Amino acid sequence: MTDLAAHDHLPRLGGRPRLSAYLGLLWRRRHFTIELARSRFRAENEQDRLGAAWIVIKPLINAAVYGLVFGLLLPSSSRPENFVPFLVAGIFVFQFFAASLSDGAKSITGNLGLVRSLHFPRAMLPVATVLQRAYGLVPMMAVLALLAVATGEGIRLHWLMVVPALLLATVFNTGVAFVAARLTIHVRDVAQLIPFVTRLLFYASGIFYSIDRVVSDPLVAGVLQANPVHVYISLVRGAFLVDLPAPPEAWWFGVGWAGLLFVGGFFFFWPAEERYGRE
Amino acid sequence: MSEAVHHQPGPGRQTVVVEDLHVDYRVFATGRRDKTKRKLLRRAPGVRRSRTVHALRGVSFSAQEGEAIGVVGHNGSGKSTLLRAVAGLTPPTKGAVYADGEPVLLGVNAALINDLSGERNVVLGGLALGMSPEEVSERYQSIVDFAGIGEFIELPMRTYSSGMAARLRFAIAASTTHQVLLIDEALAVGDADFRRRSERRIKELRGEAGTVFLVSHSMRSILDTCDRSLWIDHGTLRMDGPTEDVVKAYKASVG
Repeated sequence: MTDLAAHDHLPRLGGRPRLSAYLGLLWRRRHFTIELARSRFRAENEQDRLGAAWIVIKPLINAAVYGLVFGLLLPSSSRPENFVPFLVAGIFVFQFFAASLSDGAKSITGNLGLVRSLHFPRAMLPVATVLQRAYGLVPMMAVLALLAVATGEGIRLHWLMVVPALLLATVFNTGVAFVAARLTIHVRDVAQLIPFVTRLLFYASGIFYSIDRVVSDPLVAGVLQANPVHVYISLVRGAFLVDLPAPPEAWWFGVGWAGLLFVGGFFFFWPAEERYGRE
Repeated sequence: MSEAVHHQPGPGRQTVVVEDLHVDYRVFATGRRDKTKRKLLRRAPGVRRSRTVHALRGVSFSAQEGEAIGVVGHNGSGKSTLLRAVAGLTPPTKGAVYADGEPVLLGVNAALINDLSGERNVVLGGLALGMSPEEVSERYQSIVDFAGIGEFIELPMRTYSSGMAARLRFAIAASTTHQVLLIDEALAVGDADFRRRSERRIKELRGEAGTVFLVSHSMRSILDTCDRSLWIDHGTLRMDGPTEDVVKAYKASVG
């Protein structure tokens, strides 16, 4: 046999690093995470003639379609005064969530090439996916601000509240991506169910209607309002629309959901670290 | 392992020790049905069974500082799995890999994005290999010079010829300095001039790095760069010895 006697000084490879070491690795690789997210964000829109403009055009068309359909179907009492920025804010924030969920689910299975050829803590991949989507929020918020002004909202310092609101949403979405990424590894078929989850949340989160005005049962209204997607939407609306300030409890819910999903999601994702290399 | 001729370890320090390494993969069986009726009945309709593939079954060897080791074998013999396991990317099912520092697999293909310019890909690839932003900007010019693609560096990679793209990938990958380097088929590309330069670069890396592993189907590049070789056959180590002997035996078996 090969002489294997003298390898006591060599560390054994593989195995999951301890939590503190893992977090240290994640921090050390932050430049790669950010560059990966930024590069992919750029590449995504490079080929089309309008380029990055599609990031806002698509959700705006979406908003126009829903606005038109539900504007005709639902009574005007279901809508608040300034409906256009109300609807657009809802669609923007919702799309950020939906994309984080569906791309997050594919963040390991869709990047097996990377996983198989490079060393890095795998938690980087769901983080980079959400970050890639978060870059799209910048032009979206600019458009939302323009729409708010165009529909008679005043420019206020309060607009800055959109920054903590979206930070919380990003943390929450990262947690969602962690969970989705690991579930997909165990059962690929999960990816097939995601569109239905997304659709359900779309209708339940008061995007094209106001929950207060439509739902009379206080319990149902409470549940719908506490759902995280609605929480982050109402925080963003609260930043731009004078008539719809975000209630203080929405902030508490926003922090709670973000913390719960991010920490819970990470500890759900992390134990399978070795598994990701074996797929 | 009747044919095994084991290489006598030299006086150098050991950098990699592989001990009875087994790697299994779980794959979903294809839609092909089992031939026997009974099996068909036992199987729940629509649910696909997973199957285990034994990619490596009990490979052991050790490598020293300053060695360049070729890995030969037919397609699907387990060469790439061996490299990935030595790089710590695929966890062993049984057995263990001990290694100095963090062995790195020279391949950045998966990290690069064809729609972006060569410039941005150099940065992305460098960060992917674990360099800091400072190190990337330090080595940027030498990577671009080595790849020799001139002003094309500003254009998206999808506009490159396959040779140019391969040169850039190799240049990015070869810019790292690690204790143990694993190279998968990197030399099969490019023109004669570039091949010579990459072989020279591998020799340099070997000097700096300690140990280099090279998987290639080109016996010539293995003969030119490696003094020792491993022959992997159906997941086992069929032969381990001086490159000339191993290549001769391997060629004889292929016919």
